[in-house]
Amino acid sequence: MSEMTIDTVQPVAQTETSDLLIKASSVGFKRDARWILEGIDFSISRGEIVTLIGPNGGGKTTFARICLGILQPDHGKVVRKNEMTVGYVPQRLKLDRTLPMTVKRFLTVRQKVSDARLEEALLEVGSAHLIKAQMAELSGGEMQRVLLARALVNRPDLLVLDEPAQGVDFAGEAALYELISKIRDKFGCAVLLISHDLHIVMGSSDRVLCLNGHICCAGVPEQINKHPEYARLFGKDRAEAYGIYAHNHDHEHTLSGDVTSSDDATGSDTGHPHHDGCGSGCGHDHGAGPEKD
Amino acid sequence: MDDFLLRALLGGTGMALIAAPLGCFVVWQRMAYFGETIAHAGLLGVAFGLLTSINLTVGVFLAALMVAFGLRLVEKNSPLAKDTALGLLAHVVLAIGLIVTSQFQSLQIDMMGLLFGDILAISMVDLLMVAVGLILIWGLIYYLWQDLLTLSIDRELALAEGVPVSRVEFLYSIAIAATIALSMKLVGLLLVTAMLIIPAAGAMNFSKTPEHMVFFTGIISIFSVVLGLGASLYIDIPTGPAIVVAMAVFFLLSLAVKRHMS
Repeated sequence: MSEMTIDTVQPVAQTETSDLLIKASSVGFKRDARWILEGIDFSISRGEIVTLIGPNGGGKTTFARICLGILQPDHGKVVRKNEMTVGYVPQRLKLDRTLPMTVKRFLTVRQKVSDARLEEALLEVGSAHLIKAQMAELSGGEMQRVLLARALVNRPDLLVLDEPAQGVDFAGEAALYELISKIRDKFGCAVLLISHDLHIVMGSSDRVLCLNGHICCAGVPEQINKHPEYARLFGKDRAEAYGIYAHNHDHEHTLSGDVTSSDDATGSDTGHPHHDGCGSGCGHDHGAGPEKD
Repeated sequence: MDDFLLRALLGGTGMALIAAPLGCFVVWQRMAYFGETIAHAGLLGVAFGLLTSINLTVGVFLAALMVAFGLRLVEKNSPLAKDTALGLLAHVVLAIGLIVTSQFQSLQIDMMGLLFGDILAISMVDLLMVAVGLILIWGLIYYLWQDLLTLSIDRELALAEGVPVSRVEFLYSIAIAATIALSMKLVGLLLVTAMLIIPAAGAMNFSKTPEHMVFFTGIISIFSVVLGLGASLYIDIPTGPAIVVAMAVFFLLSLAVKRHMS
């Protein structure tokens, strides 16, 4: 059985090469005199997939926005690589139905792109046939792919995705994860993925960070194959795309909800082998996960 | 053709062209009530203009600008939802406008003209201002076009992609304030936002690109001005409201065209 690497304090990338894209040191962010984020040390380098999980209101999106440079931290500092190209895939586009716009036009607003590059980006996400479609008429899954294509057009160094699988079914989610993983392999970009699920994460994540005001724990996801129950739940083909993340917290949160012990379909008896560290001290609301107390 | 009629036609066409691109953005960004709120500052602007004896359109423009800034302040510093902030501001400025006008007996305000406009009384100075406004606003829109489009698609996306969102929104507010001040003479403060919303809402029904929509919005506006002017001349109805009704007619026609196309 493979050992999990657990780093409560995130290690700075071993080699300080030009591959390092973002380095955040003891970052804090305040809203209305309340610290939403505190003491975040974080780094991401080319070729890495980092998944950000955590409860709602835990500061995932805020932290991603700090990484994007939309927000400035109130404490600590963020060093971003010069001339870094960032592709951003928002959770959902607020595009109003009254704005007529083809997919092609959407991909070229505010960026000069050759037709060849455009088609390449759409092919990459398997949506070449959508080039003339109206944005307002796309389905949820199609929209996600088109958004990804726009982010890809500029060959980004860093791809930031905010809950890309929101509103997509499991099959769609698995396909999306495979696509993101393929894009990383092909372009060697870094991927920062915000995920809504606390336990089931993208299988090819190199690191998972659990964020709740601060970094509660960090580690690597395990292969889902090791958990027959999960593998059966997702089906053989899709299980590959997913990984399981075992939290390892050594502290409690005063505002946390109760641990949901007998929680629904996934069953509480999947025999999670690495849960010892979480123990009774873990006071997080872990949602639908296989908690074992 | 009589001079006043020619002036009305030119002024109306100029306003139609100014309002076309801005109206599209108002519709795309769901900001119809934003224009409404700025229009409520009109009375205050007129009082201000009369008291300082500057041009009334300039007075209204300044008042509208003030409201636009006020809105920005309220939005930034309070947890109010946008429509609540707009509603709050709209009625406060209207109330202040009424108080100010009531305190100065010397103010001779043509309330009917203010509320419903009088395009047939448009002066050469007014016409000149429309011309200058047309050049400046179209220049600004042309310069900001890609950024404004990105902003209309999604504000978060625009922020992430490095659009100077605050600056773009600020310049856009100025353009809206100017448009409302200029079109007050045509259709009056009660109907001023109709110029921004109705033609764009109609054009949307047969447009495939943002530029098409601006083009068709302009066409609908110009036709409405001509139709409204003609109707008011021949059947003796007030011109501003006639223009707005003409716009509504074109809007209904666009719905029919859309149904026919699909």
